[in-house]
Amino acid sequence: MNELVFFFNTVLISGVVLGSIYAIGAIGVTLIFGILRFAHFAHGDMMTMGGFIAFLLAMAASAMGIVAPVPTGFVVLPIAMVIAAGIALGLDKVFYAPLRQRGARPVTLLIASIGVTLIIQGLIRLFFGAGNYSFFDTETKQLFKIPVPIEGVTRTINFTMPQLLMVICTVIAVLALHLFLTRSRLGKAMRAMADNADLAQVSGINTKLVVRVTWIIAGALACLAGTMLALDVSLKPDLAFNIVLPIFAAAIVGGLGQSYGAIAGGFLIGFAETLAIFNWAILLRPFKGMVPFELPTQLAIVPTEYKLTVAFVILVVVLLWRPTGIFRGAST
Amino acid sequence: MSLIEIRDVVAGYGGAPILNGVNIAIEQSDIGVIVGPNGAGKSTTLKAVFGLLKVESGAISFAGEDITNSLPDKLVPKGLSFVPQEKNVFTSMSVEENLEMGAFTRNDDFTATLEWVYGMFPPLLEKRHQKAGELSGGQRQMVAMGRALMSQPRLLLLDEPSAGLSPRYVIEIFEQIVKVNKAGVGILMVEQNARQALAFASKGFVLANGQNRFTGTGAELIADPEVARSFLGGEAKR
Repeated sequence: MNELVFFFNTVLISGVVLGSIYAIGAIGVTLIFGILRFAHFAHGDMMTMGGFIAFLLAMAASAMGIVAPVPTGFVVLPIAMVIAAGIALGLDKVFYAPLRQRGARPVTLLIASIGVTLIIQGLIRLFFGAGNYSFFDTETKQLFKIPVPIEGVTRTINFTMPQLLMVICTVIAVLALHLFLTRSRLGKAMRAMADNADLAQVSGINTKLVVRVTWIIAGALACLAGTMLALDVSLKPDLAFNIVLPIFAAAIVGGLGQSYGAIAGGFLIGFAETLAIFNWAILLRPFKGMVPFELPTQLAIVPTEYKLTVAFVILVVVLLWRPTGIFRGAST
Repeated sequence: MSLIEIRDVVAGYGGAPILNGVNIAIEQSDIGVIVGPNGAGKSTTLKAVFGLLKVESGAISFAGEDITNSLPDKLVPKGLSFVPQEKNVFTSMSVEENLEMGAFTRNDDFTATLEWVYGMFPPLLEKRHQKAGELSGGQRQMVAMGRALMSQPRLLLLDEPSAGLSPRYVIEIFEQIVKVNKAGVGILMVEQNARQALAFASKGFVLANGQNRFTGTGAELIADPEVARSFLGGEAKR
């Protein structure tokens, strides 16, 4: 049973946390694709940037002596999200909007977004160098150990305060987005424009307003996802490189343009990654001596260094089965 | 002065113009039908009115106001609505959400209009929570027209409302168009089923090569032997 608790701790809890981060990131990618029809490559860097904004605010808050019962990173998160949303709007106005006005094709916007990636990364390096930063240099991560009420189980279910708050934040964000998309006039207009942009225009929907709202939501969610990632591991300027690929895979697997698909895709890939790098030999340990052959001590599906490949295997398998993703998204 | 006046409009998609001086004028009480061979510029005329392509010369006025090259988000609040020929519903959204999108430009309470549209197209009330993409062709056309009516237009532009419908539905959709018109909404439509559409048109316009060839009441055009021979596929049958 101890082995199962270990499995729960390393696979399920990490999977939920990683899945939350991927899902929140992928929603942004899928919303931008749905409305503007291009793959926003700079999304990973918008996440990194959001993480650094939250980091700066958290440092400022602790310098001012603000102490909160939860990690400072979460306290400053709403402010960081507002700032990140503003920056996302600015990025659109400066880089993407002029291209759209000239009738640029999606591939041109994609290339522009690679440029934006480089700009954001360059700026972050300019101010922060290439080092690693942690939210928890000055404060500690509160650890919860929950005993399992079963005879003979000595291991406890372990998770940290940031992990718990991350899951709560994800649930709130997803619920808020769901209510926005299904109840509000603007949210419905967003869905309408993603469904059929020409008809949305003909209906008199203010498409420019919808585009602005899309950037605000995508920017704020990128900041949330980036901060969560930074809180879970650490913050570094090239965080995006490891995150942008699984996030795109999650968005595509879920069906491009489908918000609920992106959430499903995010969790699918999050769990797949933790399951793939889990050392399954640990679960076999209780059977030691019961079988006539030597049990392996290392039995992971892929080594940790190759974690990134998992997302692509899933992508290939899902697309073979459903070429437009689980939730049947756009194919172009 | 007519509700809408299209005067000597020249327009196209950037290359050689498709419309070479189109003239159309109808009242709010009218059902205007534009007929003509393929490539005559029928749909292009509607798109030019609705700001979906650039008018190079000529002028379009609506209720006495110049609307040449105005964009849809300005035209809809003025009382003009457009139903495109294809992809004219939001397939992933429910019938009711489709109708709500038609009311996007309105800031007042539109429940009364919603009731009115459901009264006009009773099958939609039953299917209000169903996705528009799951409906039959005829019902989709009702959703499309209903969506356009939600902004309480004075003039409805319809691009081939009967396209792709079975003959039974064609008659039904035409009956509904007459009903909408009787409720006080002017209609300007493009039709392939020319003879059937002209039969209930109060004004008919025959276009060819982007210009007016014949103009008259629907009955006059059907009775005109030349129109019948060249554009309606044979002499009027008695």
